[in-house]
Amino acid sequence: MTTQLGVTDAAPAPAAAVRRALAVGRRRHALVIAALAAMVVVVGVLSLTLGAIPVQPWRLPAIVVGQGTPLEDLAVLTLRLPRWTTGALVGVALGMAGALFQTTLRNPLASPDILGVSGGASLAAVTAMLVFHANGAGVPLAALVGGAVAAAAIGLLSWREGFAGQRFVLIGIAVAFLASGGLSYLITRADVRAAQQALAWTVGSVSDPSWPETGLLAIALVVLVPLTLWLGVPLRVLALGSDAAHGLGVRPVATTVLATAVGVALASVATAVAGPVAFVAFVSAPIARRLVGAGGLQPVASALTGAALVTAADFIAARLGDFQAPVGLVTGVVGAPYLLWLLTRKDGVTA
Amino acid sequence: MSSTRVATTVVACLVALALLTLLSLALGAQALSPAQLVHALSHPLRDDPAQRIVIGLRLPRTVVALVAGAALGLAGAVMQGVTRNPLADPGLLGVNAGASLAVVTAIGVFGITTASGYIWFAFGGAAIAAGVVYAIGVLGPGGATPVKLALAGAALTATLTSIVTLVLLAHLDVFQQYRFWQVGSVSGRSLHDVGVVAPFAAAGALLAIIGGRMLDVLALGDDAARGLGLNVPLARALCAVAVVLLAGTATSIAGPIVFVGLVATHAARPITGHDHRRLIALAGLIGAGLLVASDLIGRFIAPPGELEAGVVIAIIGAPVMIALIRRRGAVMTA
Repeated sequence: MTTQLGVTDAAPAPAAAVRRALAVGRRRHALVIAALAAMVVVVGVLSLTLGAIPVQPWRLPAIVVGQGTPLEDLAVLTLRLPRWTTGALVGVALGMAGALFQTTLRNPLASPDILGVSGGASLAAVTAMLVFHANGAGVPLAALVGGAVAAAAIGLLSWREGFAGQRFVLIGIAVAFLASGGLSYLITRADVRAAQQALAWTVGSVSDPSWPETGLLAIALVVLVPLTLWLGVPLRVLALGSDAAHGLGVRPVATTVLATAVGVALASVATAVAGPVAFVAFVSAPIARRLVGAGGLQPVASALTGAALVTAADFIAARLGDFQAPVGLVTGVVGAPYLLWLLTRKDGVTA
Repeated sequence: MSSTRVATTVVACLVALALLTLLSLALGAQALSPAQLVHALSHPLRDDPAQRIVIGLRLPRTVVALVAGAALGLAGAVMQGVTRNPLADPGLLGVNAGASLAVVTAIGVFGITTASGYIWFAFGGAAIAAGVVYAIGVLGPGGATPVKLALAGAALTATLTSIVTLVLLAHLDVFQQYRFWQVGSVSGRSLHDVGVVAPFAAAGALLAIIGGRMLDVLALGDDAARGLGLNVPLARALCAVAVVLLAGTATSIAGPIVFVGLVATHAARPITGHDHRRLIALAGLIGAGLLVASDLIGRFIAPPGELEAGVVIAIIGAPVMIALIRRRGAVMTA
């Protein structure tokens, strides 16, 4: 037996081993995706059924197709479904935005919160609230414009004989400081109650969604999500280095700029709807990469991690008692200790 | 060659700092002539309007700006050396988030409402948070590496900031007091407040200069540093203590202003190169000048009111930093 496993088998064995390893990797990826999707659904069912007006889980299909009692319609369709849907969509957008930023800029600290994109959106939204007393659609519109202007400014200022990721990150931090200085100023000058409302917006909340805003977010995602998935391939090639990418027909600068722009767009639309929900963009991709057990962009796993994180955090936020905590506070308090725990483990996060 | 350039720069900075200090004493809502200023300074105990303005109001805020700015500049340079990351500032050790939570506790639980009253809370909170970040860095595999310190600092900051915001959203009265501390300002403090924390700043400055030589060796990488006989964990711990003492002092007297450390270090590096002792010393000088200048500009930029130094430093510091980065595509080694 042992002698028959000789020289002739040696050649195909490594190829078979690689195939087996790839198959194991693919199976793990599929399992993780399925588990994350299941978690989003379970959190969804819990969010829709538990609360001051309890609803039986098996009544949900009937309620959704329009056969619920008025009380069930109020609880599920009017109060809970918009909130859960918005949370899930915001999580998808922020998870993908963080993955794009970290992969493209090759820095684990790079996320829209730390660069000035969220800061620009916050400054514009708080200006609209405190200076122009805007409400309704004015605030998200201002946030969208603010985020885009900040991103464009960072992009233009960091463009110098080409695009450099490090320069983009450093200038992004300077813009973030500028925005936070402006925020501090507005918050100290305004009436204290209005300032408190503005502060609540800057934490990020999905507790009071409107269908038009959520619909616009959904439409934006229909365009941006396929674009992100498509970017996965050229970004993987780019990770091999610029020269290799050239040889394989990928244009490094165009890919980097497009990936950053898609990341900015994802972060901006999510921020416009919910405010800058803390920490989701920062932690979703590292968590997804660890779950899948592989590096790279991992767009689907990151998006589902983001959706699970935001909906679960909002489920907790909505049930903390009398005080309606914005979801951004819960993601900060829950997400950060998870990262701290990862850091103290044997195979801690290094990139 | 580079020594003469550094010497020239240091002399120029000292002259500029002296000039800024005099302007800070003379200018404001009521400008004083040089003769009035000299008279007020030479008769500190006389009770007349000019004396009350100079000795009572402008001298304390100038001294606070000098001490806090210098401390932040020193701390920023040490922090970037320890983490080998040009994005690092003292806030990354959790100093500001810890101080903020302690100040919120001081307001909410103990009913303290004066800038002087916050000093010990801010200092204690800053030290505890930095200790926790450092301990997490040490607990993990490989000791307190730069990347782990940065991530742990960012994560703890996020947690503490969320808790602070939770309290602020639930308690309007706490928010009303806290928002004026968090903006970062040098006015409304007394000389006595500075005196209380000055020994900590002095100890921190001494440690920073001692640590400068160790940072030169650490910059070669942990393995090379060990090979040259440096006790790497001890060197990192020493520098971290320096940062806590310096940044804790600054935050306790001026509120959470971190940007000074970042800008001062980026401004000093092209002149001093990689000699950390020179870098730290020059960053301290530039930091002091930046904060005094910010406070001075803030008195005129938004009449009839004043703009806090913490806001001004963001407005003038960000363009300065962007210009510096554009001039020499900064290299990041994390």
